[in-house]
Amino acid sequence: MAITAASRTRRPLTLDSIVRSALVGLFVVLMVVFILGPLLWLGVRAFAGNWTFPNLLPDDWTLRWWQVVVNDGALGIAVQNSLFFAPLTVLVSAIICLPAAYAFARFDFPGRRFFLISLFATNAFPKMGLFVTLAALFYALNLMNTVLGILVVHVLGTVVFMTWIPAAAFAAVPRNLEEAARDAGASKLRVFASVTLPMALPGIIVAAVMSFLASFDEAQGTYLVGAPAFMTMPTQMYSLVLNYPTQVAAVFSILLAIPSVALMLAAHKHILGGQLAEGFQIK
Amino acid sequence: MTIHEPLTKPPVSPTKPGTPASGGGLTIRGLHKILGGRTIIDNLDLSVKEGELVSLLGPSGCGKTTTLRMIAGFLEPDSGSIEVEGQEVSHLGAENRPSAMVFQNYALWPHMTVAKNVGFPLKLRKMSKAEIKDRVEAVLELVSLLHHKDSKPARISGGEQQRVALARALVQEPKLLLLDEPLSNLDAKLRVKVREDIRKIQQELGITTVIVTHDQEEAMSMSDRIAVMNAGRIEQYSTPEALYARPETEFVATFIGSMNRLEGSLKDGLITAGPDVLGIRPEDVILADAPFAGAVPATVERVVPRGHFQEVYVRRADALLRSFVNGEPMRPGLRTYAGIRKAMTFRDGRLVGEAGAAL
Repeated sequence: MAITAASRTRRPLTLDSIVRSALVGLFVVLMVVFILGPLLWLGVRAFAGNWTFPNLLPDDWTLRWWQVVVNDGALGIAVQNSLFFAPLTVLVSAIICLPAAYAFARFDFPGRRFFLISLFATNAFPKMGLFVTLAALFYALNLMNTVLGILVVHVLGTVVFMTWIPAAAFAAVPRNLEEAARDAGASKLRVFASVTLPMALPGIIVAAVMSFLASFDEAQGTYLVGAPAFMTMPTQMYSLVLNYPTQVAAVFSILLAIPSVALMLAAHKHILGGQLAEGFQIK
Repeated sequence: MTIHEPLTKPPVSPTKPGTPASGGGLTIRGLHKILGGRTIIDNLDLSVKEGELVSLLGPSGCGKTTTLRMIAGFLEPDSGSIEVEGQEVSHLGAENRPSAMVFQNYALWPHMTVAKNVGFPLKLRKMSKAEIKDRVEAVLELVSLLHHKDSKPARISGGEQQRVALARALVQEPKLLLLDEPLSNLDAKLRVKVREDIRKIQQELGITTVIVTHDQEEAMSMSDRIAVMNAGRIEQYSTPEALYARPETEFVATFIGSMNRLEGSLKDGLITAGPDVLGIRPEDVILADAPFAGAVPATVERVVPRGHFQEVYVRRADALLRSFVNGEPMRPGLRTYAGIRKAMTFRDGRLVGEAGAAL
């Protein structure tokens, strides 16, 4: 009895606690408005006809802007280009970076730390400066306005995550799990395929998703190297904002967000539902 | 008062290290390994008979795990030969050796079920699915884990994971089973049960086995023979009984069981100053409330209850001795008589004699 009484009186409803919970509530509301507000506005905007100040909702609703986007050839090509470059970037980046990641994780070679740190070089300088020098180089190599040129720009932006995250994932695979597989009779290649790779896979998937999104959202470099021959969705946004009604830009940003959100959800489900979560109990 | 003369015959272990095994089993000759400029394994010889269970016992850093890893093929020896059933294996990789290992932390693959873990070695041997299933179920039955065959390793207890690791080794029908500190991650109760399980299965299958352990009790209770290792060498290789009763070196005597270590020698039941080292097992210090042959008056100084016996420190005129006593609890300050039943004499770390009083 004494215990229940004590626990009941433990948090009395004082003015202080009311103010505190009110402040917390206000903060939560502000955060929600700050994060979801623009998205909500974007959603409404994409279906709005006329929207006059100071009305809270549009005067009329329409699907016209969606038709504009779907029927506009240039925009369709931009969608195609984006869906072409992003997976290709992930693939090329994986081919280049995953072996490097494995080497960083498993072998101790001279200059290992130096190379690992130097991968950050592309992220250490202002992007625009990097791209301008890159463009100068690309003119000399005839890479301007080519698929290869754009691919180089996109892959450059993914090298850091595609190396660091999988390197950490490979390093986290306990050595004796690999030794156990060798003891069971597996060749080195088989050990990699059956033990190391499956165990590092969640980390590699995270890196691949981040690379996909980085490539999908890359605008500056693509614009500089690819425009006007290759317009992707983010570069097309520039001209949309300048040349079309804002509603078309809203439709386009929603389209641009769909793959990112879908990928994030898929990755979230796979990674938090898989053995990574089981091993670390973060489910 | 009776005094027994020191043993003139030097103690002989039943099997000398390096004796070649007849036919089967494991034979190691002249194994040598230097790591980082330090000699880890120093010219080691060891032979294990077919169907025998041998423990490599020693403190951490003595080279026992290094030896096991060289037998398994994870580490290349600098020199020496390793023969399993008469076949030289030291040039083979771990995947081609006829041995199977159980790792200290079990090393189960977390992304595979228990059945997949156990079946993996068979899958590598290109067996049919039906045969793999049969064999996996048979071996899981043996370690009584059939009900967990579709569980992931993270979902079963430590003791069960240990048995899965054992099953994964046994399913390969290895000529040599290697266990690296197999029980060190289990709690005390489970440890006793699992070591009995391992011993039972090992004897049923008659499989040649080498266990690495730092736990003398574990080694004593499981092994046919124990190789006590120190600083990359085998100090003594003999049966558990011989190891305890007749330790060849001071290191072994101290490492196996416990011992009163005193400088001096035993004369007329009394300890007199001298250059040698005396080793007296606590159970060889006899306490009684009446004088008896070889006994000297003593006072109880400290009593440590140890469950079914007591550890009693008694002060005699010549030394402070530790004794294991059964029966009525003793109290500090109690006057008693203490006699030494048996003492080992070590000179330069080696056993040179054994003296005792007929008590």
